Amino acid sequence: MRDISVNLITTTVVALSIQANTDLREDVLGELKKAYRKESEKRPKQILRELLKNAEIAAERQLAVCQDTGMPVVFVELGQDIHISGGDFNEAINRGITLGYVKGYLRASIVNDPLKRNKPGYSPAVIHIDIVKGNRLMITVSPKGFGCENKSQLMMFKPTAGISDIKNFIIEAIKSAGPDACPPYVLGVGIGGTADYACLLAKKALLRPIGRKGSKLEGELLTRINRLKIGPMGLGGKATCLGVNIETYPTHIAGLPVCVNISCHALRSATKTL
Amino acid sequence: MNKTKKIKLPLKKSEIEKLAAGDEVLLSGVIYTARDQAHKRLSEAIKDNKTLPVNLKGALIYYCGPTPAREGEVIGSCGPTTSSRMDSFVPLLLKAGLKGMIGKGMRSEEVRQVIKRHKAVYFLAYSGCGALLSTFVKKAELVAYPDLGTEAIYKLAVQEFPVIVGIDAYGNDLYPVRDNC
Repeated sequence: MRDISVNLITTTVVALSIQANTDLREDVLGELKKAYRKESEKRPKQILRELLKNAEIAAERQLAVCQDTGMPVVFVELGQDIHISGGDFNEAINRGITLGYVKGYLRASIVNDPLKRNKPGYSPAVIHIDIVKGNRLMITVSPKGFGCENKSQLMMFKPTAGISDIKNFIIEAIKSAGPDACPPYVLGVGIGGTADYACLLAKKALLRPIGRKGSKLEGELLTRINRLKIGPMGLGGKATCLGVNIETYPTHIAGLPVCVNISCHALRSATKTL
Repeated sequence: MNKTKKIKLPLKKSEIEKLAAGDEVLLSGVIYTARDQAHKRLSEAIKDNKTLPVNLKGALIYYCGPTPAREGEVIGSCGPTTSSRMDSFVPLLLKAGLKGMIGKGMRSEEVRQVIKRHKAVYFLAYSGCGALLSTFVKKAELVAYPDLGTEAIYKLAVQEFPVIVGIDAYGNDLYPVRDNC
């Protein structure tokens, strides 16, 4: 049994909160640069240049890439041979988020009561914990901005639905986001499980690096979405979507849940394994 | 696409009338941040005939909730938030004298029409570029609703803050095919 103290978890989350918000992911930066190179129209090319400049300034000055530093979503893979000592695990994570957001001059965007809308604070985060084999602890902090989170969609398809129905639903979700959710987008899709699980899969899919050759379905959707020509800021151009990541899970004979989680171009996450 | 125009704030009627959807503009002068909750409060104050904490006459509102400023800095990251959430408040605010808005994304048909009616303007700021846009803000002062945190109203002095005209005073919308998106 390996012992990990809550203090180590907190300090890790502090560092990850800041890193995720100020240093754009390498894969995302790579795809933005690729989109910039590929674009020939003047306006979208200029906007992509500004996005790259923004990422550069953010990293240099340790400034948030986007003022919406998100609802912090924390994914944990906890090895089953680990013992957490010195306090409460969830509290340690939330303390890390609060301290990290204060230290990193990140935004307090969380209202404790979703109905009364009190003065916003930094936490709690949404925490997902998976127990896995071994004695490692992997923590990912992924701040999710709500301009794009608001455009998430869930559809409970009939089990007899065709693949074209699912593709159309995904395309329609992007169309209805239009220019509002900060394109070029990255798309996380969850297919299967239950309603809640499909949504979790969609969010998790966004953690996978983009730009690698994915499944045939992912490639086809990416091509179709980019044909929409929504483009950066929704002002036209080749880059509507930088990547499509799909995760699937077994489901029930009576259903076929599909969730689409859209990310803005500032897809953020940072991971550390202890 | 026309040449970049430079405008000194407050917006003058004659200048607004010269703007066309798609124009690139650099704004210098005072703008006020306000987003969801500040809009709700401003609207309630207008309806209750109360004095407003900011003079809306000829003013330009920026839909923005910045990150905190580091020591010695003016402001943190400060890009635009989604404008459509403020759509329902726009008719009342324009009637109260507001002349322009800066945000991101599409507006409702109602907003397009009232912008035309009041000869106002809607600007788009580079979305998701909060770090970059912070470099154009020279001063920031809290003016109202401090209890709202980042949603409080800040008076910002900006210099050559880059925007694109989204909807001009004639109701022309840069996002043309609504049905397509």
